[in-house]
Amino acid sequence: MNTEQLNFTVEFSGGAELLFNKEKTHQVCFPSVEEWTIGKLLIWLRDNKLTERPELFMQGDTVRPGILVLVNDTDWELLDQLNYKIARGDSITFISTLHGG
Amino acid sequence: MPVKCRSGCGRNAILKRPKTGDSLCKECFFCAFETEVHHTITEGRLFKKGMTVAIAASGGKDSTVLAHVMKTLNERYDYGLRLVLLSIDEGITGYRDDSLNTVKRNQEDYGMDLKILSYEDLYGWTMDKIVAQIGKRNNCTFCGVFRRQALDRGAAIQNVDALATGHNADDIAETVIMNVMRGDVARLSRCTAAISASYFLPQESEGAIPRVKPLKYSYEKEIVMYAYFKRLVYFSTECIYAPNAYRGHARAFLKDLEKIRPSAIMDIIHSGEQMKVRESVNKQVRGICTQCGFVSSQELCKACTLLEGLNKGMPKLGIGKTSKVKKALSTIAADQVSHTTFLRKISINFLFKKVFWSTIPRWSTVYLKTANKTVQFYY
Repeated sequence: MNTEQLNFTVEFSGGAELLFNKEKTHQVCFPSVEEWTIGKLLIWLRDNKLTERPELFMQGDTVRPGILVLVNDTDWELLDQLNYKIARGDSITFISTLHGG
Repeated sequence: MPVKCRSGCGRNAILKRPKTGDSLCKECFFCAFETEVHHTITEGRLFKKGMTVAIAASGGKDSTVLAHVMKTLNERYDYGLRLVLLSIDEGITGYRDDSLNTVKRNQEDYGMDLKILSYEDLYGWTMDKIVAQIGKRNNCTFCGVFRRQALDRGAAIQNVDALATGHNADDIAETVIMNVMRGDVARLSRCTAAISASYFLPQESEGAIPRVKPLKYSYEKEIVMYAYFKRLVYFSTECIYAPNAYRGHARAFLKDLEKIRPSAIMDIIHSGEQMKVRESVNKQVRGICTQCGFVSSQELCKACTLLEGLNKGMPKLGIGKTSKVKKALSTIAADQVSHTTFLRKISINFLFKKVFWSTIPRWSTVYLKTANKTVQFYY
């Protein structure tokens, strides 16, 4: 049963959590029959988890410039970015650089 | 396949540097980031041994990273600096009170002295009260102007030799764009400087405490990544009052540029540094405010102008043109009328109709009539 699920963690920080009901950590569980990329995850997060001002999270089909994305503590710019295929147990972090200083 | 660190250390890279495009591992990134700040400090000759330096600390990412890096470099390279923290409490409930707790944590972690100055003590007004008076439209002007002066005053109280702020490369590039768009020649020529008034040219400093920007060449992305990987705790809530709209546009524009070409930020700073202003162009001369004695390009500094407006019940006074405001204020002073009698005596004509201050559109011509004088200025 467990093998058919895709479990991973989504984290928000640097102020990005403010758009997501101020919750920093979200456990996500999808049926693994489908393939999930970060691009797909973004749209799912926007439609299901985001509570306010979607324009501060996304611009077009990607994150708004100024939001950093890390997969297991690695900059997504070193990976396939939107096309990165999420694996079981991954930790995906969104950090806003746009807040205060 | 994980990307290897470009330094050849054999470890896996964890980030791509926007400035250079290099992929680096965590250790090599820390080293590169800190070394670059060190170079900014040494090449710009920002400090001298034995100096006391106040770090302007808001509890946000930039000042938290600045405090950490300054402490690290001071020990590593034996700068011989005494570091203290300086915070300003603007009096914004639910925002600054929380972020100041972060600063207090920094103080404990780094063992530095901390001084907190409040707008309430300095000016008799908190931002909460100012916003209650003028609304959310122009309040960032007050907050910015007051903070600038409050930091000067705090630095003087702490008796420091320099004030270090957390301005990063993105901030400076934004400021260059804004100054170009506004045609602000005086600010354009000094906004890129890593040091505001050099110790080597004391005649230009007018007794002001030098401000330095050690993070001048540090990208925002790297500052945030540094804080993230060092597990530094910082405060990241948006100000509850309207954000500075003009800077917001410059910022969004810059972030879009960075996405296409990450070196854009360095390029804009470089452009700002290279721009030379012809000698014949009239530039404002920096002097001293006749009222408070702090640095000002006008006879009366912006902070005093704004404060006078607030205290006279005309909070929007300082937001318009400085020269006209000065004229209006000097007339008020010349007539020796108190706040209340002044309000009773004047009639405000706007297109020959009496209107209230609050309903006058900005940049309209306004005539102020006192008992024996009429002053015209742009509101």
